[in-house]
Amino acid sequence: MSEPGVWRRLYPLSPIVRGGRGTIGIVILLVPALLRGGISPGDLVPLAVIAVITVLGFVSWFVTRWTIDGDDLRIETGVVRRRSLRFPLSQVQAIDILRPGLGRLLGAAELRLRMGGSSGGAARLSYVAAGEVDQLRDQLLALAHGASPDEATPAAAPAGDEHVLTTVPTARLVASILISDVGFYAEAVLAALIVTALLAPAVASAVISGGGLVWLLGVITVTWRRFNLEYRLTVADAPDGLRLSGGLVSLTSETIRPGRVQAVRMVEPLLWRPFGWCRLQVDLAGGRQPSDGDGSAQRRQLRVVLPVGRRPLVEQVLDRIVPDRPQRQSPPPRRVRFKSPLRYRMLAWGGTDTCVVTTSGRVRRVTCWVPLEKVQSLRRVQGPVQRRLNLATVHVDTAGRAVRAALRDRDASEADQALARFAELARAARRSRR
Amino acid sequence: MLRRLEVAALTVIAAIAAVVLGWLYYSAVVGVGAAVLAVIAGLVAERVVGRRFASWGYAERQDDLLVRRGVLFSRLSVVPYGRMQFVDVTAGPLERSFRLATVKMHTAAAASDARIPGLEREEAARLRDRLAELGEAQAAGI
Repeated sequence: MSEPGVWRRLYPLSPIVRGGRGTIGIVILLVPALLRGGISPGDLVPLAVIAVITVLGFVSWFVTRWTIDGDDLRIETGVVRRRSLRFPLSQVQAIDILRPGLGRLLGAAELRLRMGGSSGGAARLSYVAAGEVDQLRDQLLALAHGASPDEATPAAAPAGDEHVLTTVPTARLVASILISDVGFYAEAVLAALIVTALLAPAVASAVISGGGLVWLLGVITVTWRRFNLEYRLTVADAPDGLRLSGGLVSLTSETIRPGRVQAVRMVEPLLWRPFGWCRLQVDLAGGRQPSDGDGSAQRRQLRVVLPVGRRPLVEQVLDRIVPDRPQRQSPPPRRVRFKSPLRYRMLAWGGTDTCVVTTSGRVRRVTCWVPLEKVQSLRRVQGPVQRRLNLATVHVDTAGRAVRAALRDRDASEADQALARFAELARAARRSRR
Repeated sequence: MLRRLEVAALTVIAAIAAVVLGWLYYSAVVGVGAAVLAVIAGLVAERVVGRRFASWGYAERQDDLLVRRGVLFSRLSVVPYGRMQFVDVTAGPLERSFRLATVKMHTAAAASDARIPGLEREEAARLRDRLAELGEAQAAGI
């Protein structure tokens, strides 16, 4: 528990955790010197670098302190450029807990407070002791709950009363990654390498030493990152939204409030369809993301809600994020066969008064749901072929560039109607929210 | 208007160049022929540019701005004032010499496309102020 008004420091081992890979590199640098049992002049430069980094890390830890001051969380940091940050707890949207791999070894965890408002910044307490992080989170949430005066920004509810929807089975996750695009790429590279190694070992070693290794590592890293992030991802239904927690080496726990969701995307790759699998992602493009985030999850705007799952489960999760969504989609006119012969069968859209859904894609079927109150702009585009066939496409633009929802190849008059209707509904939705 | 002048200038230059080159290397007939071709090409380009110019249009509605453009690919954008993040007014050197400017509305979506080129400078300034004012009044955040 943190007493109000008392300045506290972060976890003492924070600089080491923050150093992350750098710390591991330093340890590797130190090992040869220790093994030789002495320090040779050649080791002086790395040692000096280590000393400077250690001192800097210590100083940055020493000058950073935080406190809960009434309804604010205050953080003070910096030596040369002293910064005093004040985060009003009434505007907290959600509190996420991140536990990086090294942090778990050393007993540290990061608290990240997502703030509301259009600036959409995040307050980061990196790191606090892992033992008290849950307690601190509940305390902050309780304060945020009591401190939020208006219902317009409902603060996140304390943990506890949540209802687990699913945990992704590891076997299914592995299988789904193996037959996904990322997995195929990694497999192809590995297979090519093994075949060359068997047939012509000289060539293989030449490839490995000539930059091929970096490439291979890159491919493996991408695949690994996906596995690491989605390992045993648990989706739970909490009063304030969807709660996601999981990860293999670094654990994250995150709450997704329905109001933060800009768009939802369901992807069904060709090879997944026989199994009835799909992947659900949400776009949380609220404000600018901090660019110095250490995990890839923060930089990527699309957050995976369900790495792999079947339709009933998807419907359950969707109920939570976009409750009022269209159940039926209408196909385009038959003459679209001439213009888009491949994806003709997949094209469809549907809409209610608050939400639009569109489907497209032959190999990778993508279904997008966009709440109309999040629509940024609308576009009606008609190309030369479309004009000949009296067709038009209506694009529904959402924040960011991740999700592209479009009513592709509709009858021109239908497109015009849809454009006018969406403009009207989106306006009404914005009005009612204010 | 601007593009039209550009096309006209290019046509004249191309025609003169064709005459001079043709005269120097072959004969006067070839030179004049090439010049005629250049003028015809210029006229065609003038038609294309004219149609494209005519396709540009914008309308300020009560809650959103409509921008229309394109001949081959016709596009119609609807951008609500409340979604506007900022307005850009730019004027390149050519535009400046004709006292013109381009107004562009930005939203949080990367795909939004609301650019109105070739406005008179006063009209551009008026539109910018009006958009900023309306955007402020109706701001809806993200």
